[in-house]
Amino acid sequence: MLAALRTVIRRDLLLAMRNKSDAANTLLFFVIVSSLFPLGVGPEPALLRTIAPGVVWVAALLASMLALARLFAADYADGTLEQLALAPQPLAAFVAAKILAHWLVSGLPLVLIAPLLGLQFDLSGTALLTLMASLLIGTPVLSLLGAVGAALTLGLRASGVLVPLIVLPLTVPVLVFGAGAVEAASSGLGAQAHLSLLGAFLLISAALSPWAAAVGIRIALE
Amino acid sequence: MNWFKYSSPATFYPLAGKMAPWFFAAAALSAVPGLYISFFVAPTDFQQGESYRIIFIHVPAAWMSMFIYVVMAFWAGVGLAFNTRLSSMMASALAPTGALMTFIALWTGSLWGKPTWGAWWVWDARLTSELILLFLYFGFMALQAAIDDPRRADKAGAVLALLGVVNVPIIYFSVQWWNTLHQGASVSLTRSPTMAATMLAGMLIMALAFWMYSIAASLLRVRSIILERERAADWVREWREAAR
Repeated sequence: MLAALRTVIRRDLLLAMRNKSDAANTLLFFVIVSSLFPLGVGPEPALLRTIAPGVVWVAALLASMLALARLFAADYADGTLEQLALAPQPLAAFVAAKILAHWLVSGLPLVLIAPLLGLQFDLSGTALLTLMASLLIGTPVLSLLGAVGAALTLGLRASGVLVPLIVLPLTVPVLVFGAGAVEAASSGLGAQAHLSLLGAFLLISAALSPWAAAVGIRIALE
Repeated sequence: MNWFKYSSPATFYPLAGKMAPWFFAAAALSAVPGLYISFFVAPTDFQQGESYRIIFIHVPAAWMSMFIYVVMAFWAGVGLAFNTRLSSMMASALAPTGALMTFIALWTGSLWGKPTWGAWWVWDARLTSELILLFLYFGFMALQAAIDDPRRADKAGAVLALLGVVNVPIIYFSVQWWNTLHQGASVSLTRSPTMAATMLAGMLIMALAFWMYSIAASLLRVRSIILERERAADWVREWREAAR
């Protein structure tokens, strides 16, 4: 079972490495969207410091929504997903493995580049660290919740618009506590409570989302 | 008595047609005295003046918005678990009424907020979670509308509705968990209400009216959905010939 999961993870990572532009595009989108805000609202450092957590988090949210289209679509089109559903191992485990691989390719780069964007917004050292920590805990939740949306919309014509429409309302708590953690850290309150709640969201969604996504895939394959 | 007799679209269709007018009548019969009490009998609030009277619409609509979501998720879940077509049709029929109630709650709340809080909208926990509820209804309807195969639409919608049901307790308890602008509940089952008896009576009667209206509207809508889905079935043809 573990060997099968390792194979799926290695395969997805290998596919991503052979086609680097997909992952790079998500990252570029994240950087460009975040950089648009100082141009739009004006380069006032005090204002930028206030809006930074929200802006970076919203940009990360949108970037991860864009990346979701790739999660199952190719495997659905070429029949790999059907083979995974027929395999003796539970489909939910394969889905969890695919989500992990997807997060490593599309979520982790966002976490690593976030401090650089934070510098653009003149965030302090603690705020930068908290931003990274909150994204590190929060972006897997986005991938997990998004996987359900991606599974439910497999093979639909309008899936590009539909996925954000159905997933974004569910991600609101992650956004609130993720951005709230950075705000709490920069105002000296400590981000412990926010990060703990984010961790709770991660545990709950890690336990439930792969199953819900697997149900969604089975519905789409019928 | 066979409890599952009316779980088939063919038998439920005429039953829904017979029940809907009665629920509409009950809605009208409770709305008339409800509105009369709300606007003429209930005393003027000493702090908020006349503007508080919006709660007679606002609170029942907010209750129904949450309640309908839970009922919708329940029927969608039953449809997913037992593969019953009518349950899923009921869930689809409830969604627009639920969205309407959510919208009314937000709209009347903002009409009340302007004179009382001085703002049409504040980013308070309860307002925000009610807004998310509206988005969840929209997401459910958009997902179902985007899927051509009705059975797949039912099941996919059910998964989404069950995921979204987490939001309902968050709305309900938001005023206790986060101490923000929206006031706490005025009516509770465990302690005596913090409002005059006539105000409470008006609100409960209006809640009954909203409830009856929601049932009636959903029954009518589920009839349309049944006809649309079952248009190729024999019983629809027989029914149409009999009606001619």
